[in-house]
Amino acid sequence: MKVAVVTFPGSNCDQDCVRALELAGGFEPVYRWHQETSLGDVAAVFLPGGFSYGDYLRSGAIARFSPIMEAVREFAREGGPVAGICNGFQVLCESGLLPGALLRNQSLKFRHFDVHIRVETTDTPFTSGYRKGEVLRIPIAHADGNYTADPQTLAELEGTDRIVFRYATPEGKLADRANPNGSAHHIAGIVNEGRNVLGMMPHPERAVEPLLGSVDGAGLFHSLRAHLGGAPLSSSPSPALP
Amino acid sequence: MTRFHLEVRVKPRPGLLDPQGKATHHALTSLGHEGVAAVRIGKVMDLEIDAPDAETAVERTEEMCRKLLANPVTEDFSVSLLGEVEREEAEA
Repeated sequence: MKVAVVTFPGSNCDQDCVRALELAGGFEPVYRWHQETSLGDVAAVFLPGGFSYGDYLRSGAIARFSPIMEAVREFAREGGPVAGICNGFQVLCESGLLPGALLRNQSLKFRHFDVHIRVETTDTPFTSGYRKGEVLRIPIAHADGNYTADPQTLAELEGTDRIVFRYATPEGKLADRANPNGSAHHIAGIVNEGRNVLGMMPHPERAVEPLLGSVDGAGLFHSLRAHLGGAPLSSSPSPALP
Repeated sequence: MTRFHLEVRVKPRPGLLDPQGKATHHALTSLGHEGVAAVRIGKVMDLEIDAPDAETAVERTEEMCRKLLANPVTEDFSVSLLGEVEREEAEA
């Protein structure tokens, strides 16, 4: 089945996304350039990481007006699964497909290292293959990942099980020292009301083969394949490193 | 059609953590500047807009702020009309 990976000028994780989809198996990833107006016949869409339009004005602010985003909005409205990773998350927030915004990291530094995130809900097309409470080791690489929203929105996200991942210690405990950017409620990823649009700052596509140091991100792609009716998983979605 | 000169100020919303302002505040204090109670950092944008009158120029700029120049979740904006752009200046 075809899955679109959108390339904006300045995207730099589009190839990683395609590679992760190929490794997961059962997907036929296709690139979609930001100036295209149609996604074509695809089953899911990824907005990859990077620095679309140089992060000018605000991260994701200009990419959201790309011609392809109108098609992405329509696809999401019809319930199609959309995942925005890192810069993709910023684009989804700017476009209003997800609530809130991503501010400069509290440290003011570009932070790039492995973090631990806890799976908070398996009720999404992207996390159904994980266990609730499972801790994943996945890299981050961002300067603007400090999730914020008004108190009412945060309460709504909490109350409707829409926080998908939280930064945590390797043991799965919430702690300020485990929060790499100062995000409210330790939020690393959320879904929209329809549960089909996911935004997350960590990079699951960079944790899909032992060579990369972790395979904990592979479960996201396996979950999506299972959701779309692909072949059932033959092994655990998060196999241990050799 | 007249060319108007407008200034847009975009600031982090009150109450929202502004890490850049905070770091700058610390730097000012450590340089010995006493009595700095708070620092907030925003952006200033300079626009030249062709419009039939000043009111239209301001309205259109405010619309641009709502749509692109400011993020309503995290930022407040204000638009000031600085004046008309002289013809020679406009063509320079």
